Amino acid sequence: MSFFLEVLVGGLLAGVMYSLVAIGFVLIYKASGVFNFAQGSLVLFGALTFVSLVERHVAPWLAFAATLVALVLIAIAIERAVLRPLVNRTPIVLFMATLGLSFILEGAAQLFWGAQVHGLDLGIDDKPLQLGGVMISQFDLFAAATAGVLVIALSLLTNRTRLGLSLRAVADDPLAALAVGIRLPRIWAIVWSLAGFVSLVAGLLWGARLGVQFSLSLVVLKALPVLIIGGFSSIGGAIVGGLLVGASEKLAEVYLGSLVGGGIENWFPYVLAILFLLARPAGLFGEPAVERV
Amino acid sequence: MTSQEQTPPFARQALLSLDRISLSFGGVQAISDISFDVHRGEICALIGPNGAGKSSLLNVINGVYRPQQGTVRFDGTQSHRMRPHDAAHRGIARTFQNIALFRRMSVLDNVLTGRNLHRGSTWVEQTFRVGRAQRDEARQRRYAEVVIEALDLQRVRHSVVGTLSYGVQKRVELARALATEPRLLLLDEPMAGMNADEKRAMAGFIVDANEQFGVTVVLIEHDIGVVMDLSDHIVVLDYGKKIADGIPAEVRVDPAVLAAYLGTRH
Repeated sequence: MSFFLEVLVGGLLAGVMYSLVAIGFVLIYKASGVFNFAQGSLVLFGALTFVSLVERHVAPWLAFAATLVALVLIAIAIERAVLRPLVNRTPIVLFMATLGLSFILEGAAQLFWGAQVHGLDLGIDDKPLQLGGVMISQFDLFAAATAGVLVIALSLLTNRTRLGLSLRAVADDPLAALAVGIRLPRIWAIVWSLAGFVSLVAGLLWGARLGVQFSLSLVVLKALPVLIIGGFSSIGGAIVGGLLVGASEKLAEVYLGSLVGGGIENWFPYVLAILFLLARPAGLFGEPAVERV
Repeated sequence: MTSQEQTPPFARQALLSLDRISLSFGGVQAISDISFDVHRGEICALIGPNGAGKSSLLNVINGVYRPQQGTVRFDGTQSHRMRPHDAAHRGIARTFQNIALFRRMSVLDNVLTGRNLHRGSTWVEQTFRVGRAQRDEARQRRYAEVVIEALDLQRVRHSVVGTLSYGVQKRVELARALATEPRLLLLDEPMAGMNADEKRAMAGFIVDANEQFGVTVVLIEHDIGVVMDLSDHIVVLDYGKKIADGIPAEVRVDPAVLAAYLGTRH
């Protein structure tokens, strides 16, 4: 039993890390209805910038602030140069634009900071803790706590403020949003900045786990099943989806892996996502499309 | 719905003044040299055949289009580079010919977006429900409810807009516009596609908005019967030019208007 718990808890904690990446997608999807493929590149860009600054003996807090400023500037540039000219285009056009954006961001990161792998030490011991007979990684616990705080703050922000209402309004009909006095450029800049902040945090935690390297931008692929399961437009859904993916992939690996020769962990979340697509295409918490015909 | 032909609108002060507005798209002249005043508190109708430039003129007033020539003066100040969201902040609300609502949101949330302009608390306060946030939230909800009740939308308050009928959606759009507490309300064909009963009800709501909320209204409408009953002031456009401007009784018998609507005898 305690082994089961250990696997479960380890899976849930890993899941929180997936949620963290998924939330970046949800923020932008809520505000502009676009699946931002460049989210992974932002994660990479953030982590790489931070690491490179620290390696150049910049104090960590200063490096964090500088990276955040860079990400906010990038966010504003994206709003000006990419989103604004594409207002009212179809989602696929916007998706393609973000696909292109991801190449530009990765290229820029490589241009500035080079392509080698960097180690990132956040100064947290990765010694396992003994909690009620279950071994838990201290780093995982820290990551989960960070993600938890971030998630609570973001969901309060989007559910209780006029910003949240404006976000949904803008996603629904930009023209109508203008007519009620919502300042579109400001909303987009805020949302992309928030997404930049989330991706910086995700980049640091993932970077500390995997090392800061170009494959870091591939964490978006793990966010995909999380989003499909949780729903693209719900921050709460991203959390639940992440936890589900994390727990189920670890449990599947341990209990079913031996039946098919192991390696389940890598593809199990996608199987789960396909099942969700068949049974509940809008995800657990997504808003199903309502159409009056 | 009484005609107010006996009160001379010119005695009142102009809320909106258009002065020699011209607008063209490429080589197409959509509006040429149009001037007129809309007085505080009146309901002004823009009428004219299709393509006369009515919608373009509304778009000029709230800053969607910038005219090549002429000036728009709203409440005494002339604006140079007004954008649609600036117009909303200055007290100009509008509805659209093809309904532009937030279809995936509830009626109440749609109306509340109109209240965003009037929020008196910051995001930080709203996030943690401290300081002015709670009283502010309650105030916005109260105002939203006033508007919902005025437009008889109580029963569908929590319905998702996309599931409602066309006529009700038109009313929700008017409610959202009123929620911004506008001084000027621009309505682009508020009764298009409605049957006689629905039109009568909508006209009633527009009169209520005008009287109860003290909003000056500029509307575009094709049904001449409704227009004659509803408006204090009618401006007739044809091919981008103003051909008549006055109270309904004058416009009804104006030879240029009759010619534009009925054709001239050759």
